[in-house]
Amino acid sequence: MGLESEIPVLTTTVEKMVQWARRSSIWPVTFGLACCAIEMMAMSCSRYDIARFGAEVFRGSPRQSDLMIVAGRLSRKMAPALRRIYDQMPEPKWVISMGACASIGGVFDNYALVQGVDQIVPVDVYVPGCPPRPESLIYGIVQLQRKIDHQKLT
Amino acid sequence: MDATALIAALQGAVPGAQIESAPSVDLQMTVYVQPADVSAVARALRDRGELAFDFLAEVTAVDFWPADPRFELVYMLVSIANRLRVRVKVRLPADDPHVATVSDVWPAANWLEREVWDLFGIAFDGHPDPRRLLMPEDWDGYPLRKDYPVQIRMRPQSSQPLQVTAEEFRANLMKDRLTRGT
Repeated sequence: MGLESEIPVLTTTVEKMVQWARRSSIWPVTFGLACCAIEMMAMSCSRYDIARFGAEVFRGSPRQSDLMIVAGRLSRKMAPALRRIYDQMPEPKWVISMGACASIGGVFDNYALVQGVDQIVPVDVYVPGCPPRPESLIYGIVQLQRKIDHQKLT
Repeated sequence: MDATALIAALQGAVPGAQIESAPSVDLQMTVYVQPADVSAVARALRDRGELAFDFLAEVTAVDFWPADPRFELVYMLVSIANRLRVRVKVRLPADDPHVATVSDVWPAANWLEREVWDLFGIAFDGHPDPRRLLMPEDWDGYPLRKDYPVQIRMRPQSSQPLQVTAEEFRANLMKDRLTRGT
């Protein structure tokens, strides 16, 4: 963007404009699976205040959401429900895999849990930790914003 | 009341039932009951005034594989009126373990018995709704058995077939409305 002299107008490209709009209002779906969700809630509260990055509007409906934070271990029985929620989100949509359990199964190396949610939904950012601190998740969201900034429209 | 008095009372109520005392570390009354007597003993435990075990706190099982008899089914009962607790155990064999349901005596047993069926594969004869409770409907095997491969690798499913047909779903809705009276 460049500020023209004399007249109050910004010039930019449509692509940059859309990228800016998308990354500045990532609305996550209200969806927590386990203890990671507690850290996710802390992230959205006043101490960490994810509103600074435009992602504080947790939506109760997947139809209004852009981002799914898979916060916690995903059991096999829950997997179809998670996939259904992801399918109900409108494009464009992104997924953050939060914590060790969501990313690779964590300490639960057993029959009941999906060993990594990337087997169910496409993941954009993996946040390590058990559980990750709110700062880590904010870092993950900032990484996602960078990714959106580089997403071509075509 | 101690285990001896309890056994005497139960044998008076259910003639011919073999009931024996079981060791317990925490000194709680514990008795072994034969699988065939479970229904009658359960009714006696609930209905006799000096017992009145009106609260079924838990049904669970223990797998002693490879010992025989392999399973022990455990009922935890509480008598609120008499301030008593008792643990009733049933020994079951390794092949085709099954026992009569007690969900007609204590309705709380419905889901507890479904859980035991789901995780241990112990069948409850006469159960009104013998489906799995925790695992997916089409799951293979019983995960809490000692010989179950815990770290089994299977492809996760991202969709699940409908568990009931459309007609069954509508019938369930109607049944639900009728019982609620709306």
